[in-house]
Amino acid sequence: MSTTVENPGVSSSGQPLRSLEAPGPRIGEKIIKGLLWLAATLSVVVTTGIVLSLLIPSIGFFQTVPIWDFLTGTVWAPAFANPSYGVLPIVVGTLMVVFFAILVAVPVGLTSAIYLSEYASRRVRKSIKPILEVLEGLPTVAIGLFAFNVLTPLIRDLTPFLPWTGPFSIGVAGITVGLLIVPLVASVSDDAMRSVPASLREGAYAMGATKFEVALKVVVPAAISGIIAAFVLGISRAIGETMVVLLVAGAGNPVLSFDPTKGTQTMTAYIGSTATGDIAAGTITYDSIFAVGALLFLMTLAMNILAMRLVKKYREVYD
Amino acid sequence: MSDTVLPPTLAENAPDSTEKVSPVTQEPANTFELRHVNVFYGDMLAVKDVSMAIPHNQITAFIGPSGCGKSTLLRSLNRMNDLITGARVEGDVLYHGVDMYGPKIDPVQVRTVIGMVFQKPNPFPKSIYDNVAFGPRLQGRKGNLDDVVEKALRGAALWDEVKDRLKDNAYGMSGGQQQRLCIARAIAVEPDVILMDEPCSALDPVSTGRIEDLMVELKETYTIVIVTHNMQQAARVADRTAFFTVLANDETGSRTGVLVEYDITSKIFSKPADERTENYVSGRFG
Amino acid sequence: MADEPDYTSRVAMPRRTRVAVGGAREVTQAMFTEGDRKKKIQGALFASVLLLGLSVALIAIAAMITWAFVAGGPRLNINLFTNVPSVVTPENAGYRTAILGTLYVIGGVILLIVPLGVGAAVYLEQFANPANKFNRFVDLNIQNLAGVPSIVFGILGLAFIVRGPLSLGFVAAAGSLTLALLVLPTVILASREAIRAVPSSIRDGSLALGATVWQAVWRQVLPAALPGILTGVILAVSRAIGEAAPLLLVGAVTFVTFNPSFFEGGYTTLPTMIYSYASRPQEELQTLAAAGVVVMLVILIMINSVAIYLRNRFERTW
Repeated sequence: MSTTVENPGVSSSGQPLRSLEAPGPRIGEKIIKGLLWLAATLSVVVTTGIVLSLLIPSIGFFQTVPIWDFLTGTVWAPAFANPSYGVLPIVVGTLMVVFFAILVAVPVGLTSAIYLSEYASRRVRKSIKPILEVLEGLPTVAIGLFAFNVLTPLIRDLTPFLPWTGPFSIGVAGITVGLLIVPLVASVSDDAMRSVPASLREGAYAMGATKFEVALKVVVPAAISGIIAAFVLGISRAIGETMVVLLVAGAGNPVLSFDPTKGTQTMTAYIGSTATGDIAAGTITYDSIFAVGALLFLMTLAMNILAMRLVKKYREVYD
Repeated sequence: MSDTVLPPTLAENAPDSTEKVSPVTQEPANTFELRHVNVFYGDMLAVKDVSMAIPHNQITAFIGPSGCGKSTLLRSLNRMNDLITGARVEGDVLYHGVDMYGPKIDPVQVRTVIGMVFQKPNPFPKSIYDNVAFGPRLQGRKGNLDDVVEKALRGAALWDEVKDRLKDNAYGMSGGQQQRLCIARAIAVEPDVILMDEPCSALDPVSTGRIEDLMVELKETYTIVIVTHNMQQAARVADRTAFFTVLANDETGSRTGVLVEYDITSKIFSKPADERTENYVSGRFG
Repeated sequence: MADEPDYTSRVAMPRRTRVAVGGAREVTQAMFTEGDRKKKIQGALFASVLLLGLSVALIAIAAMITWAFVAGGPRLNINLFTNVPSVVTPENAGYRTAILGTLYVIGGVILLIVPLGVGAAVYLEQFANPANKFNRFVDLNIQNLAGVPSIVFGILGLAFIVRGPLSLGFVAAAGSLTLALLVLPTVILASREAIRAVPSSIRDGSLALGATVWQAVWRQVLPAALPGILTGVILAVSRAIGEAAPLLLVGAVTFVTFNPSFFEGGYTTLPTMIYSYASRPQEELQTLAAAGVVVMLVILIMINSVAIYLRNRFERTW
């Protein structure tokens, strides 16, 4: 076809025609696009890094310690002269925290969410939501300290019939973590409930239902997969909490126990307290940090994927 | 519109860059020539087999019912369709004889020569001055742009209304003023063509009238192609009108636009050659 | 009791009586109105339970802030900021090195997360083809990383930043990198939302004037999205300030009495120092820990207020 050199005619204003070809190779644009691409793929690099940093030492670990013994053993004593690597005690510790956290977060979080979504006026919502966000933004070391100094004595005074010994308690740690995850649970549940279409509610009101009935019998069931997602996310957060359990449940007692009044070590507490000590790299004890970390990562990954699936499900239904 | 068609000879007609050549004595090369143009979105054919020539310094209107691909066709004239993933243009779209979709052609450069005004006025959240100066600044012009801004605002019949408040935010203007600002913005880069996609559909009748008057003024300096679903507007301002209609395939659910008739506006409205055109312009269907 | 309220006599009553009279009338009237009384009581009860649930959360916050001020009160003086940590003479200990350490570490975090986070968001929103498989994988990755426990980032830092390929050692820069990776997903997600909120007509208008995609983004879209992006960055920074867990693994718990530097020597930050003091038996150090909490809360309240102010000020309705 013709090129611009042979192009006849002038522009509409009588000026010579301008070329439609690029004035230059536009290298700047290409470089910038490349840099931005690098920034975006950094996330993939980080995930790969996490997986590798957990995997490689774990492989070394599991060459010495059989994986079955690890997962089912009931004595956790990695740093001792006669070491034992059964992980169940600290897993149970983590699960105790999760149990008590859910015990607190379900009623408090769900009721807060129902209140905010079904009952509260716009103004109340607008002032309460930021306050809940503040709770979510509080440093966990502060919350842990508060729990140790105020909550533990308070709960001990309220329950003198329980066999309290020592200053640490896994039960109180769990309750504290429960308070910590209330904003998360409340806001995800609230989102789920608010995405229930108004027509569902209005239909129920038109049939003479009260607000209470509509909330409990129409909205909550309709939003149930989102609400469950909220709790799964809360569980995942509780599994991963470190500072609160270090301060409230103590860092040193990995004994398999279901007693909430005792201080027990969780997986996160083990990692947090061991890695700060002077452990030489390359030893089994050092590698055990990564093995526990791998288990922790897998547990939270499973929860997060489940939660994402549930959220997708409730979004699909209403979009 | 010139009736004489002089054979183009390159030596005679290549313009001397120091001379300003008046369009009338110049060979009336059409600004655009479309030959068997098909526009696809993925597998779906949005516009089918359009062939037409758009003359310079005139207003050409695309009219037709909604969904007939007029906006799609308009956007293929400044390669805005490139931004939609899966959009594809087949056939020849020639700009002054140059294939606009050729391998060496830069879409960004195309848009400095062929400008566009959108249906809903979209001024930037900046001052009136910065809105108009944006285009020239992109081209690398630095320093004082006051004269450029003034010239563009005068060209858009907006200068008198805003000359004392150039630093004000553009969002404080009325809809009609915002659209004229968008026109000023477009002419500040001194394009050859201005494409307008239903420029008045979001405006009140008074603003619409002012912009129509503006269009007639602008065609002295620019070639204008407008899409409008308001037939009377086409009858009022356009020199030539192209009527499109939509072929709906109920089985596949596809809707494809086709060019029905293209002629001088007065002919389209008083003595259309095609029955479908007649039905549309007489209001029998819309 | 009259059927119609008697306005003249009511006006003359003192407030408390007026309220009591009105309340009494309402209760009596309620007994005689139509409607299922049981349902009404049920509804009122339910509402109070809900309010109670919400209050628990709110009370907990208030209690915590109160405790911090009370327990830390005795040490809330200027020495807090000027003294270095000390176990030997706990009554003279302070947070100076920790505060400086926090400034260094957080400074590094900000330098990293702004270009990397906003850059990634710009790429994903403006340059990437959303249908592309790799881009969806990147998307998924970012969502996943947002849910990984913070201590796992500490493990990553220990393995790859302190040791391993980067081998920076237990230094402040390692802390910055680790925390930056932790909060990066937050910045990316918030920036993406901010960019998405800018109407596409702004971008289209820029492109129609002959801008390249980067020119349109840099000159129009990013400036318009700036308040939202800023809010996201501030929230991420506020989270990073309070983080202790990952830093435990990358060296922030050393008892540091000298001023920190980026690439050499030990360091500590405010939250890890608080943890350090809190894990020791001395009474004065416990008080000091509580005082540290007060300092941290004040800093965080200031930062979050800025974020809320920005959000309200720039809440633009398009």
